[in-house]
Amino acid sequence: MPDKPDRNAIEVVNVSKIFGSGEGQVAALDTVSVSIRENEFFTLLGPSGCGKTTLLRLIAGFDFPSAGEILLYGQDIAPLPPFKRPVNTVFQSYALFPHMTVADNIGFGLEMLGKPKAEITARVAQMLKLVKMEALSARRTSQISGGQQQRVALARALAPQPKVLLLDEPLSALDYKLRKEMQIELKRLQHETGITFIFVTHDQEEALTMSDRIAVMSAGKILQVGSPRDIYDRPAERFVADFIGETNFLKGTVVSKKSGVATVKLASGATVAAGFPENFDPSGAVTVVVRPEHADLTADVSKGTVVGTLANVVYFGTDTHYHVKLDGGDNFIVRYQNSRSGAVTFEQGAKVGIVFEDDGARILKD
Amino acid sequence: MALSQAALFEAKAEKASARRNRLLSLPALIVIGVFGVLPLLIILVYSFLQAAPYGGVQWKFSTDAYLNFLFQQDIFDDTLQFTPDFLIIYLRSFLFAVVTTIICLLLGFPTAYFMATRTPAQRNWWVLLITIPFWSNLLVRTLAIMFIIRDEGLINNLLIGLGVIDKPITMLYTNFAIQLGLLYSFLPFMILPLYASLEKLDFRLVEAANDLYATRRQVLWRVIIPLSLPGIIAGCLLVFIPALGAYVTPLILGGGIHLMIGDLIAQQFGSGRNWPLGCAQALILMAAVLVALYFYVRTTSGKIQHG
Repeated sequence: MPDKPDRNAIEVVNVSKIFGSGEGQVAALDTVSVSIRENEFFTLLGPSGCGKTTLLRLIAGFDFPSAGEILLYGQDIAPLPPFKRPVNTVFQSYALFPHMTVADNIGFGLEMLGKPKAEITARVAQMLKLVKMEALSARRTSQISGGQQQRVALARALAPQPKVLLLDEPLSALDYKLRKEMQIELKRLQHETGITFIFVTHDQEEALTMSDRIAVMSAGKILQVGSPRDIYDRPAERFVADFIGETNFLKGTVVSKKSGVATVKLASGATVAAGFPENFDPSGAVTVVVRPEHADLTADVSKGTVVGTLANVVYFGTDTHYHVKLDGGDNFIVRYQNSRSGAVTFEQGAKVGIVFEDDGARILKD
Repeated sequence: MALSQAALFEAKAEKASARRNRLLSLPALIVIGVFGVLPLLIILVYSFLQAAPYGGVQWKFSTDAYLNFLFQQDIFDDTLQFTPDFLIIYLRSFLFAVVTTIICLLLGFPTAYFMATRTPAQRNWWVLLITIPFWSNLLVRTLAIMFIIRDEGLINNLLIGLGVIDKPITMLYTNFAIQLGLLYSFLPFMILPLYASLEKLDFRLVEAANDLYATRRQVLWRVIIPLSLPGIIAGCLLVFIPALGAYVTPLILGGGIHLMIGDLIAQQFGSGRNWPLGCAQALILMAAVLVALYFYVRTTSGKIQHG
């Protein structure tokens, strides 16, 4: 985003977190470094147990790193307790105080900061308006719905105007429709408040639609940091490609390469041009990945880069997936968006060829 | 027609289930009636009768028992004179019970908090350890305290042996001994309900409060204590009420010199040979507890409301 200054709100420098001791010790984070820019909607994405929540808890101050530094606008906050960090959290369980009203929940942080009563009242009213909860301010938190609790949790964390807002899978407890609504709502809030958001999720779709940048994590490490488009179109590793969206994997051998594009001979005998990430030098046996929407089916088998039999047609409403059993034995999925004209029609069991779009194939580190 | 038949069937089923519920509550009602209400009625009736010379009652209406609680008949001219003796014993018992409750709360809360923050497996062990004293008789345990604190007891012998003191410190048969005994007997009754409510506490709320700039002290007062108030109320009641009527502990450790209400009432049925007075004393105690409870619950539940 060009309009955003390149100032770092959070810098995580070589942070490790080891739980347990002796034989049973587990490295939840393994020398992780990442910079999060001011005003950014930054997402930590990964499967459960990848260390994303651990990293968030280290930034919040609920846990302390075993090694490394966490800088907030250049100041090391790693040794500070949570109540001394200008950082607030929206919890997965919301963690609203059940013995307080909605308004008291939202005002709690300001009250603890010792703000004058008039300021608290004004700010709470402003927050209630921001999350559209004015009508329910006197309710107990047990008397409102899950979606409303979510809004209160957001308002409570935003009320003290933190430098950074941490969100720990805040949408996971909501049903599908509400989750979609809240995704848009969160983007709006981030835009309106101008606060840096660090969002933790295991939902790749959520990450792609909401984030300015995403860090993909696995097994205590950050594998790739980039914009949603970067991550999806130019995954750095096989894990990233596999975790985000659907991908077809094909085996092949590098024949020749020049300036970021290699010619790969596939198992089927056909050769394809495949791009590859920087600081990776593919050679010998490699894996080539092709997104299902970056390939086309053709009835003319002689034109196909790879050839197979159409095993299954799965209708998804917005699009249709064609599962092809390749002659080599691998499976390959081709996706078509459904349109009113319904141009694509292939019979199950038909022999089909598959053609890759330009730049559709990429070589990835295994 | 099918609909009305279904409605009829439902009404029938509802009636049957109501009948079943009444039947199921019967055993509880019988127990409460026979062992709770009936004895209380007997006590109430007895308190308005005349004392028989060798114990028991004479079936003649009299309010002497209640008058004797505060007044004494002058042996020469039959005028009533105010005697605060019983009142003093009641006040002292209240004081003992209040001090016991407060100290139990101050000791019990950190203990229960510690237990509730252990791993589930460790917690079970701690609960077991807390309940171990219940496995043996209170009388035996009270006698054991007696042996520990008496002049030639464990503590005095140890201190003399170490040369800290050269004369034993008298602890047995003092207010201190009674207080110690009460604390020892009732501490588990404070810890267990506190533990039960702290164990249910969502400690993510503590993190949330910390995250919202609450210091440890503020978290305690604004989150942990308000949310464990049901446990605090239950624990205080479970300690205060039995401590007020404690009988064995003050009898043994107080040596019968420092009477508490329980001993006083027991005396009326024994050496005092004044059953109506004993009944009246028991009912006055009950009334006092109910009044105290009313105000206690009213103030604390008010706190729950306002958070």
